[in-house]
Amino acid sequence: MDKFGYAQSQKFDTYASRLMPREEYFTSGHRSCQGCGEALAVRWVTKAIGKDAIIAHATGCMEIVSSGWPQTAWMHPWIHVAFENTSAVASGIESALKVLERKGKLKGPMPKVVAMGGDGGTSDIGLQSLSGAMERGHNFTYICWDNEAYMNTGIQRSSSTPYGAMTTTSPPGKLSIGQHTQKKNMVAIAVAHGIPYVATASPSYMFDLYFKVRKALETPGPAYIHVLSVCPTGWRSATDLSVRLGRLAVETGVFPLYEVVDGRYHLTVEVPKMRPVNDYLKPQGRFRHLREKERDFIQRHTLAQYQLLLDKCNATYPEFPVMTEETEEETE
Amino acid sequence: MAHRVGMEVSIAISHAVQMSKAEAIAAYPITPQTHIVEHLSSMVANGELDAEFVNVESEHSAISTCIGMSAAGARTYTATSSQGLALMNEVLYIVSALRLPIVMTVANRALSGPLSIWNDHSDIMGARDIGWIQIFVENGQESFDHSVMAFKIAENHKVLLPTIINLDGFILSHVVEAMEFPDQEMVDKFLPDYHPSYQLDTEKPVTMGAFAMPEVYTEVKMGHQMALTGAYDHILKVWKEWGDLTGRHYQPVEKYKTEGAKILLLTMGCLGEVAEVAVDEMREAGLEVGLLKLRLWRPFPFADLREAVDGAELVIVCDRALSLGGAAPPVLAEVRSAIYDIANRPQTASFVIGLGGRDVDPQAFKNIVAQAQAEAQTGPTQEYHIFGVRG
Amino acid sequence: MSSKPMDQVTWQEIEPGAILTEPGSARGYNTGDWRSQHPVWTKSRCIRCGVCWTVCPEGGISEEPGGYFDMNTYCKGCGICAKECVTGCISMVPEEE
Repeated sequence: MDKFGYAQSQKFDTYASRLMPREEYFTSGHRSCQGCGEALAVRWVTKAIGKDAIIAHATGCMEIVSSGWPQTAWMHPWIHVAFENTSAVASGIESALKVLERKGKLKGPMPKVVAMGGDGGTSDIGLQSLSGAMERGHNFTYICWDNEAYMNTGIQRSSSTPYGAMTTTSPPGKLSIGQHTQKKNMVAIAVAHGIPYVATASPSYMFDLYFKVRKALETPGPAYIHVLSVCPTGWRSATDLSVRLGRLAVETGVFPLYEVVDGRYHLTVEVPKMRPVNDYLKPQGRFRHLREKERDFIQRHTLAQYQLLLDKCNATYPEFPVMTEETEEETE
Repeated sequence: MAHRVGMEVSIAISHAVQMSKAEAIAAYPITPQTHIVEHLSSMVANGELDAEFVNVESEHSAISTCIGMSAAGARTYTATSSQGLALMNEVLYIVSALRLPIVMTVANRALSGPLSIWNDHSDIMGARDIGWIQIFVENGQESFDHSVMAFKIAENHKVLLPTIINLDGFILSHVVEAMEFPDQEMVDKFLPDYHPSYQLDTEKPVTMGAFAMPEVYTEVKMGHQMALTGAYDHILKVWKEWGDLTGRHYQPVEKYKTEGAKILLLTMGCLGEVAEVAVDEMREAGLEVGLLKLRLWRPFPFADLREAVDGAELVIVCDRALSLGGAAPPVLAEVRSAIYDIANRPQTASFVIGLGGRDVDPQAFKNIVAQAQAEAQTGPTQEYHIFGVRG
Repeated sequence: MSSKPMDQVTWQEIEPGAILTEPGSARGYNTGDWRSQHPVWTKSRCIRCGVCWTVCPEGGISEEPGGYFDMNTYCKGCGICAKECVTGCISMVPEEE
């Protein structure tokens, strides 16, 4: 039994929205699009982080919408340097705090160090510095806002863009079905570094996310949380569906919610009856070009991956949606 | 009590950093800077320096980690060369824009390609516009002195600019020299604890690194420019204070046997000491030649340079980097620009020497002077000469 | 300085490093100008659960005396609150021109 316990034995007694902390650390007035799932995630993650923390943030949507001179939406001490070096900056902050504390120069309690970046700044251009920071074992938490493309620069593909999605650099066409590679598994990469806490989270499951952030912060050493951030602008979905789509991602097995504590997997949100993947794909314009064979392929692949995860979690299989026979065409 | 030591200059620099009580170091090894960071690493491991030493995974991360360290309020140091400096390039502009007083040693080494581990100034000339204070040293004593002074200059609340100390790789970094080290008490009095003007602090949260619309970008850069040019006075004050304490006085443009000189050689870095030997020999042979050694590169010392060339007829600028396809090699371009508006300005001649670690001896300087003199009569045969190239 | 229009700010008025010393100053920007619709609560069906307040990306919903919730000036009109409301007591209504 690991020392932090399973997610199920949570410390909250009451799950009531109105009893959650009221203080806003990511204030109104930021310039995100209407219905931005990522801004919603930032609002709650920063609430979960609480006062005593320093944030290093990568270039990206959340940085741009919140820090145009002379205004800032951040209540935390916050620094933005460049696109790919957030983890390195966070490593520096964490190290400096250690020596300042030793020398008696810290005035208040030791702040937590949190690094934040989008999927681009995390799994692509930022992967090196993240890997270095995790390997060195700095006491920090990394939060990835995954909206599944380089949204801020105009919806270009990233290694986090899911199979079949339309982006401006993976457009569907006569010779293309859109993104033809699978999403890079950042959680597996983080777990491979042997760090003590890794999790997926979604603002559609607010308490799950809140608790995971607290756990990550309280875990000594590096922690990594991968947050699915619904982007109505890039995903071509209705602005009011951002929370619903996040829920559908979990209920179809596309984005399972789990955590990995000292290398052991635990599912934190169980889905007793899985929904077909098409329920998730249909409301999104970025998948609208997919034909039945691509959708079937996605369904099969999603469930295969989900089963692998369930095996790692030692969890029982839920009721799966009915699938058609696999055809030769699909396995291209 | 100050005491004399004999040691490799890289190690002397580590001692300077140790005596300056640097608190946070993030570095990635690259020849020929390695001895500096290895020795610092060993000092930290033995408790001789109370600092956090972070072994980052690249130079880009080294300077980025230094930003985090300095922004959080620690006295921060790093070192690099050549490709490492080039890899840091994008971030270097941000360090100075954020006004973080990081001190960095650059052990000057040629940039690839082709790959070369040997000394020239191409690496730092690729970083002219980064907005840092930049100083050149030419021997071990200067390497030590300026490393300590760099922290004081950088951390001054009216300056708040990162500072680079350039020392020639191998021909300076790896030589053993006799130097005088001050005692710790003197350094502590000269360089008190670091107190940041701005800091990432939960009691007083700030946002660092906001983006700027076109309406204000120019004004922000103006502020940066004024800080860098305004740093000149503070640099000289710190040099004077050190000079009064140690007897070693430094100038933005050092002059060697320039009285009555009609011809002036101009160098940067430790080839200046080689040129001194040549100047001695030429003076003995009756030639009125002198030497200017440019120490302060950024902010550029306009007044000192103009005053130094006053009365000369020919200034022979010896560059150690090329600006391929450009109008002039880097130092020539700046010197010419600085003296352009002087009435009766001297002629200039340009020689690029010592690329990729090619040895330069006193005879080379004598040949350069002879060639420059000849061309001053007949007019230059080309814009600038790559001295000693075969073929 | 923060009240001056951006294109009149002098370089001397900008903090070194363009650092921002007032946390949360984004509150000075009224994102409500963006919306083309806004939420309306039917109070008789509101159970004061607070879900709407939770799911608003803007912090655009505030609690009133009595424990009910209402939009504030920052609402961008995305409609998530109406979609997620447990009792369905929120409707999105077009802005008047």
